[in-house]
Amino acid sequence: MMETIRMYLQFPPVRYALIVGVLIALCSSLLGVTLVLKRFSFIGDGLSHVAFGAMAVAGVLNLTDDMLFVLPVTVICAVLLLRTGRNARIRGDAAIAMISVGSMAVGYLLLNLFNSSNNLSGDVCSTLFGSTSILTLRLTEVWLCAVLSLLVTGIFIFFYHRIFAVTFDEDFARAAGTRAEACNLLIAVVVAVIIVLAMNLVGSLLISALIIFPAMSAMRLFKSFRSVTVCSAVLSVTCALAGLLVSILAGTPVGSTIVAADIAAFLICCLIAACKGGFRK
Amino acid sequence: MAQITCENLTLGYEGHPVVSGLSFSVNPGDYLCIVGENGSGKTTLMRSILGLQKPLRGKIQFGDDLRAGEIGYLPQQTDVQRDFPATVREVVLSGCQARLGRRPFYSAAEKSLARKSMERMEIGAYAGRCYRELSGGQQQRVLLARALCATRKLLFLDEPVSGLDPRMTAEMYDLIDSLHREGITVIMITHDIAAAARYATKILHIGNPFFFGTRDEYLRSPSAKSLQRMNGGDPA
Repeated sequence: MMETIRMYLQFPPVRYALIVGVLIALCSSLLGVTLVLKRFSFIGDGLSHVAFGAMAVAGVLNLTDDMLFVLPVTVICAVLLLRTGRNARIRGDAAIAMISVGSMAVGYLLLNLFNSSNNLSGDVCSTLFGSTSILTLRLTEVWLCAVLSLLVTGIFIFFYHRIFAVTFDEDFARAAGTRAEACNLLIAVVVAVIIVLAMNLVGSLLISALIIFPAMSAMRLFKSFRSVTVCSAVLSVTCALAGLLVSILAGTPVGSTIVAADIAAFLICCLIAACKGGFRK
Repeated sequence: MAQITCENLTLGYEGHPVVSGLSFSVNPGDYLCIVGENGSGKTTLMRSILGLQKPLRGKIQFGDDLRAGEIGYLPQQTDVQRDFPATVREVVLSGCQARLGRRPFYSAAEKSLARKSMERMEIGAYAGRCYRELSGGQQQRVLLARALCATRKLLFLDEPVSGLDPRMTAEMYDLIDSLHREGITVIMITHDIAAAARYATKILHIGNPFFFGTRDEYLRSPSAKSLQRMNGGDPA
């Protein structure tokens, strides 16, 4: 088996896929705790559907570099969703449902009306569930992914204490003069960037899993914000690597294999937590 | 000079006033209890003083020695905090966030301030424990230690004893009282009229009838009598 892996690693596309996969897994896990605890998980889900719609539009317009279109659209929607979340007239969750379902429907409609490829359902399926496209990344895309992932990680480390403060107690943070609105905006923008990045890896329907599972797993085991964050990053990277290798060896779909690894990790963490609790009693 | 002066405030949400014509001031060393029925605007007043929402009319002024960010605030607990993975140390340290300025990380001085606050609140032994696993009274001490990191001048407490058993309630009141005797101004929202009568130097009763004055004046006033009847007892 090691022989086969070594053979595959000689191909640059496989190496690129592993590098990009690890980086995306790293930055997608960082904000998981914050999103789960701020009850923002659905924003992640909604935004991934928006990204699908934007991808469809980019496909119809025949853009060569669709990431340059999808990224700004998703960021703008993230900002809008956060704004309406505060608005009492349209409740936040309803607004998210409307935008996400709407962009899915319009995206698929546009793809059908202006069908430019002869394998429509194949294209849609790969956008939704990820595809082998991670193995066909061009060098520029690899660089873009790498730079954005490192940027996201850097921003997270720089704003770590403020993100903690705003997540734990937004009112206290605002009373202490921390600019909570700006912090929430930053979180939304970073989530949008993560989602567009992760679309390459697992497809738009499975992104939430990449964000939420490592955080939930880590929360079973650890008790401090820092150790939960570190643990979820480690788990996420490990699962992404394992998933990528398995999918290369066994020929399974990349996205769902990675998510399956995340689910397995979550179950193992639950089991460990249950055993620990049992011993303590 | 007064630390906080409120002049002719009208407070409310989206243009609907909840309370109007509110004027009072808080001097250094005061122990002010804010009492009143539910929905009378106590929490709205607190949020306005903390700068979380703007008053519809009127103004709130801070004295020379106090800036808006320098109020130590003890909020009521939220659902998020009940399942938040954070150690006591992390929570207390976040009280220093106003001191961060443009820096990304806390300095050694801020860490030692957090350590002193924890010792003052007698929770130094729990520093590495998880916040959500502590008892209600211990959690309140953690939040009070966080508030102490934010200020040495003024504490604003929102129903600090709600949900605590009688023994913890008494401990909490003693702790607050000892901080007040160290010279920290205390503003406390409370339903506990007996505690207000025991510890406060001044009382603000929001609602009808409005009252602002010293504790002794309050105990002779009609608003105290109506509350006494509701609580069915002698406040002092």
